Amino acid sequence: MTGEPALRATGLGRRYRRNWALRDCTLELPQGRIIGLVGANGAGKTTLLHLTIGLLKPTEGTVTVFGRPASVAQVGFVAQDHPLYSGFTVADMIRFGRSLNPRFDQAGAERRLSELDIPLSRKAGALSGGQQAQVALTLALAKQPRLLVLDEPVASLDPLARREVMRTLVDAVAESDLTVLLSSHVVAELERVCDHLVLLHQGRVRLTGDIDDLLAGHRLLTGPRTGETAPGVIAATHGERNSNLLVRQPPDVPAHPRWESHPVSLEDLVLAYLDER
Amino acid sequence: MFAFRLDARSGVPTYLQLVDQVRRGLLLGYLVDGDRLPTVREVAAALVINPNTVAKAYRDLERAGLAAPRAGQGTFVVGSVDQVPAATYVKLSHGLRGWLRTAHDAGLDHDQIRALVTATLDDDQAQAGAA
Repeated sequence: MTGEPALRATGLGRRYRRNWALRDCTLELPQGRIIGLVGANGAGKTTLLHLTIGLLKPTEGTVTVFGRPASVAQVGFVAQDHPLYSGFTVADMIRFGRSLNPRFDQAGAERRLSELDIPLSRKAGALSGGQQAQVALTLALAKQPRLLVLDEPVASLDPLARREVMRTLVDAVAESDLTVLLSSHVVAELERVCDHLVLLHQGRVRLTGDIDDLLAGHRLLTGPRTGETAPGVIAATHGERNSNLLVRQPPDVPAHPRWESHPVSLEDLVLAYLDER
Repeated sequence: MFAFRLDARSGVPTYLQLVDQVRRGLLLGYLVDGDRLPTVREVAAALVINPNTVAKAYRDLERAGLAAPRAGQGTFVVGSVDQVPAATYVKLSHGLRGWLRTAHDAGLDHDQIRALVTATLDDDQAQAGAA
């Protein structure tokens, strides 16, 4: 891996009153990647994202972005449901963004919006959901951050708008050395777009790594009924005489001849780890 | 310009799908020596996939001698996939018949043999994918 990590968390934790939303989070996320953050509701995703941009202070541990303490000034951020000021026009918001950010790329933002056929004179409240997401993403990209953090960027969108927002994102990554950290429930979208994964379960990091490595390091084995527990078994379903096991196993270990071995999909993998107790 | 496509349900990693499409294009003759491939950015935006995945596929193609970058111009298709000589097929087929006899002698029927071959091929592909 080249260079310092885009994000480094060490023993990071955050408590709300008596409940830990996130605990023992130690991570290094490589730069230049699109990193998917997955987990059930309440697993700590938004807490981790808010700690990353400095919107929350850690209860314990540290988090740095490119070696510096997390701060909202150096990170682009789009919150869930991409809130915009509905009475403002798109042009107003660009002007506002420019006044707050010395590095704001106004020409780039206007070019992108014109390519998307979003009129600058339109008020935010009159835009479709997909257009609002595009405007929020464009404004965040115009800050020219090295790290862009997106909280459920496409959750509320129809499939077509979802695809178009992701297209804007991959295009931005292709033309710069941007690193993206995004949380999502839409695993199919993650599989296309992300190349690195962080999986949170009950406030802890359960799985992290390059998606290609994670997929190659797990297999689905189907075969005769077997006992409930074995090391490396992440999830199991059993019939009367057969069992399906999702196991952590490098691909160069041959399966027992009586077991059929299948590659796992990202969805299989995510569900297996989220279901783990 | 060559247009890539993606089969999200195939279970084959995205970068391997891209590599396979160029290989097949060469085999079937709709890609020829000197054709320019779309840029990483064009492929990423067209398929809405990670640009790093496209770059990985292009690196694989370059390593396999099927594509080469030209400074400032993009990535170009090189050469053609080797056609397997008929004699090689005959030889391999002969070896396979010998193996089939062994499998029949061991009591495997055709369905069992097919399952074994498929499982072994999958294993092999998984190993190649991890390498």
